[in-house]
Amino acid sequence: MSSRPISPHLQIYRPQLTSVLSILHRATGVFLSVGTPVLLYWLLAAAAGAEAYATAQTLLDAGFVQLLLVAWSWAFYYHLCNGVRHLCWDAGYGFELSSVYASGYAVLGASLILTLLTWACVWSQGTSA
Amino acid sequence: MSLRSDLGRVKGLGSAKLGVDHWWLQRVTAVALIPLSLWFVVSLLAVFNAPHAEVVAWVAAPHVTVLLLALVAVLFWHVQLGLQIVLEDYIHSAWLQVTVQVALRCIAVLGALAGAVAILKISLGH
Repeated sequence: MSSRPISPHLQIYRPQLTSVLSILHRATGVFLSVGTPVLLYWLLAAAAGAEAYATAQTLLDAGFVQLLLVAWSWAFYYHLCNGVRHLCWDAGYGFELSSVYASGYAVLGASLILTLLTWACVWSQGTSA
Repeated sequence: MSLRSDLGRVKGLGSAKLGVDHWWLQRVTAVALIPLSLWFVVSLLAVFNAPHAEVVAWVAAPHVTVLLLALVAVLFWHVQLGLQIVLEDYIHSAWLQVTVQVALRCIAVLGALAGAVAILKISLGH
């Protein structure tokens, strides 16, 4: 593929809710994919025995890791809610521009609320002994 | 009458014909993941702080074992389908595309197998 000249786009078009949420769906998808090894690690540690599991719990309790887990949880809820939004489009619903914006804001709000609810649950329980 | 363009015929390119299947499977795995992943998150909130023995007992419960196996399988399938599209968008060289797509499928299968083995080790050894 030759390096032919193409029209500028990112330097020209102002970001809209539509385009931003769209790339965010892809970005959260990739970010979540990158996080699947962590899920595997937890499962494999549980399978390896109490000692390995205790090590895993300590690692997963670390501050930096907790931050990553918060990020992953928000990415998960966003990807889930926006995914449902996509499925509605696939079924033919919600294409009016006003609907697109309304559902877009709803997805952002819902993902934030779900993330906060989840971590309220986690932190109210305290860390493992 | 062939609908293939001259260019398509000449360059050996054209529809891969698997587009609709990919589109459909991505939707099917997505729909399956809605209840599966939500169930997993809720369950995780209940056991993340629990001692190892309790986690093992939870995984070993037959319905949990089944659902966890389903989750792992569908999740890695959805991941593979999604990343396939992303990679297709950004990789244009033919040999690199084939290499990366095959590697992606291998990693996805290995990931699903690792998850399944872990789940079965806990479940069957309990």
